[in-house]
Amino acid sequence: MKTVSALESVLTSGNLAVTSECGPPRGAVPEKIREKAEMLRGYVDGINVTDNQTAVVRMSSLAACIIIRQMGLQPILQMVTRDRNRLAMQSDIIGAYAHDIHTMLCLSGDHPHFGDHPMAANVYDLDSIQLIQTVRKMRDEGKFQGGDDIVNPPKMFIGAAANPFADPFELRVARLAKKVNAGVDFIQTQCIYNLDKFETWMSGVRDRGLHDKVYILAGITPLKSAGMAKYMKNRVPGMDVPDEVVKRMAGVPKEKQAEEGIKIAVEDIQRLKEVEGVSGFHIMAIEWEQKVPEIVERAGLLPRPEV
Amino acid sequence: MITAERKPLEEILAYIEPYDRILLVGCNECVTVCAAGGRKEVAILSSALQMARMKEGRTLDVRELTLERQCDPEYVEELVKDIDQAEAVVSMACGCGVQEVAKRFKSTPVFPAVNTKFMGASERQGVWAERCQGCGECVLGLTGGICPVARCSKRLLNGPCGGSSNGKCEISPDVDCAWQLIWDRMKALGIEDRYEEIVAAKDWRTSRDGGPRRIIREDLAS
Amino acid sequence: MSDFKPVIIGFCCHYCAYTAADMAGSMRLCYPSNVKIVKVPCSGKVSAVHILKALQNGADGVFVAGCLEGDCHFKDGNIKAAKRVSYAQKILDEIGIGAERVEMMTLSAGMGKQFAQAASDFTEKIKSMGPNPVKQVLIKKAQNAM
Repeated sequence: MKTVSALESVLTSGNLAVTSECGPPRGAVPEKIREKAEMLRGYVDGINVTDNQTAVVRMSSLAACIIIRQMGLQPILQMVTRDRNRLAMQSDIIGAYAHDIHTMLCLSGDHPHFGDHPMAANVYDLDSIQLIQTVRKMRDEGKFQGGDDIVNPPKMFIGAAANPFADPFELRVARLAKKVNAGVDFIQTQCIYNLDKFETWMSGVRDRGLHDKVYILAGITPLKSAGMAKYMKNRVPGMDVPDEVVKRMAGVPKEKQAEEGIKIAVEDIQRLKEVEGVSGFHIMAIEWEQKVPEIVERAGLLPRPEV
Repeated sequence: MITAERKPLEEILAYIEPYDRILLVGCNECVTVCAAGGRKEVAILSSALQMARMKEGRTLDVRELTLERQCDPEYVEELVKDIDQAEAVVSMACGCGVQEVAKRFKSTPVFPAVNTKFMGASERQGVWAERCQGCGECVLGLTGGICPVARCSKRLLNGPCGGSSNGKCEISPDVDCAWQLIWDRMKALGIEDRYEEIVAAKDWRTSRDGGPRRIIREDLAS
Repeated sequence: MSDFKPVIIGFCCHYCAYTAADMAGSMRLCYPSNVKIVKVPCSGKVSAVHILKALQNGADGVFVAGCLEGDCHFKDGNIKAAKRVSYAQKILDEIGIGAERVEMMTLSAGMGKQFAQAASDFTEKIKSMGPNPVKQVLIKKAQNAM
């Protein structure tokens, strides 16, 4: 094992891993984080904390991760390159490690155009792949990106995102290969509704032996309503929601749609368990965190292994 | 070329509010090409400013001049014969030109009439698009001639991101995804295997991040 | 303002608009004598600066008349003219002179009646708008010179 990350522990033991997500509050409200994280206790091996998601200012991922760690739970620090230069990022990584945080996700981040501060200057000193290289250099060589030695270097289990549904499709396996070469340890995919397309991507991944070099957690987001399905389909870039899924959601009366969404999520997990190369699931139930325990249970992913 | 767009007339009128005699100076190069500050635009702006004043029952004396360019002191020097009659100068050149005029004529207020935008090229008549960010270390040789620093909204050197959709950037269907363009170009050139080479973190010192830059040619500098 | 006699400048293209104006004349159709016609080879010859300078020098209204869409003798001169009229209109709005003092018209050479009507309508419109506000300065200048 490269780190003492709980997630790494579960994955190397050959068990399917389960992670979920917490969106921090738009203010200094630590109780909100504690509330959300507590719901996930015992159901997941790691809890992602998003980093100013959709370029909207929220409590920093690092601060929220510390709160979660203090609860005895396992946070996963998400870090986007949009808001911080390499000094700030390396500084935060050391800080995170000093707070016993061992798992992180390297991302570029949504463009400020979408958020509440479209007038902000973008940083993008590094991109996600260069960040992966940086974190790996800190861990495996004990050196900062600039070359100096680090005192007690942080040993992070390094994750990144993959989107099998973004364009151009023909590049999406090559992109994963690049991240693997940069040193990524695990991947969480964008949420999957088009399982056929995902399986096509996975077969490309397997053809190149990438599934042996990186742990892939399939992303699952339960649909709350037909409206949500339509919104995701039409308004979210890089999202693939097949017509059948929208139809299925719309074909059920409004009060029953949430339950149908959970059903679909559970069915998808069961199908994806059979896909070679899938090492676990990343369940993103945005503002619906209370459903995660139910999904984990119904999908037969309990009990979580002891680490 | 350097592209620019004329400032709102209200803003320019506010700058020249205390003055009755101005020198309106255009530039025959970049701002002429993007129709922002050449001879023609000087004539239009002159007429507009004068009419705005006349509407208030006031006058505005405008001496119109267009220099070959304003970023070379030799050309700026040509303003010497007219500067004394002017209370202020309004320059339609890019920021470089405005500064050179202000530098030469320290006791005359100099105002910009355009907002300098970007270094770009003509896509077609009347449409100019950003192409170069002046990063100081050109990577066009690696990306099939398409600049990820200027044309990728996130200036990713190992793109595309997960927001690329139908060849367009996540921020707008009017913006091409630079990495889609790069990938298409790599295919056209038969260099697809280059795609997986990781481009290492950029040294931004050669860019504006390292401080305001300068080039000195020893063989030419006097 | 009943004694206000607006000065209207009409840039008319040789092939259509001018011919239509001519026809109006030969048909003895009246259009106001306020309208001063400036013949141009094509409406596309007219630039924004011509329109602005006309107003700056005391015209109360300016129109640019060209061929009907698709019929321009020079292919798309009339399209370019329409765009430049729009551009001039934007500037006029910005400085508070008013976009309505400028108009783009298109007609065919045989539309003598329509030309007379359009010229009258435009003149009436300008009359109701009152004199071009820049004229006060021109008048003062002229008075001082006397």
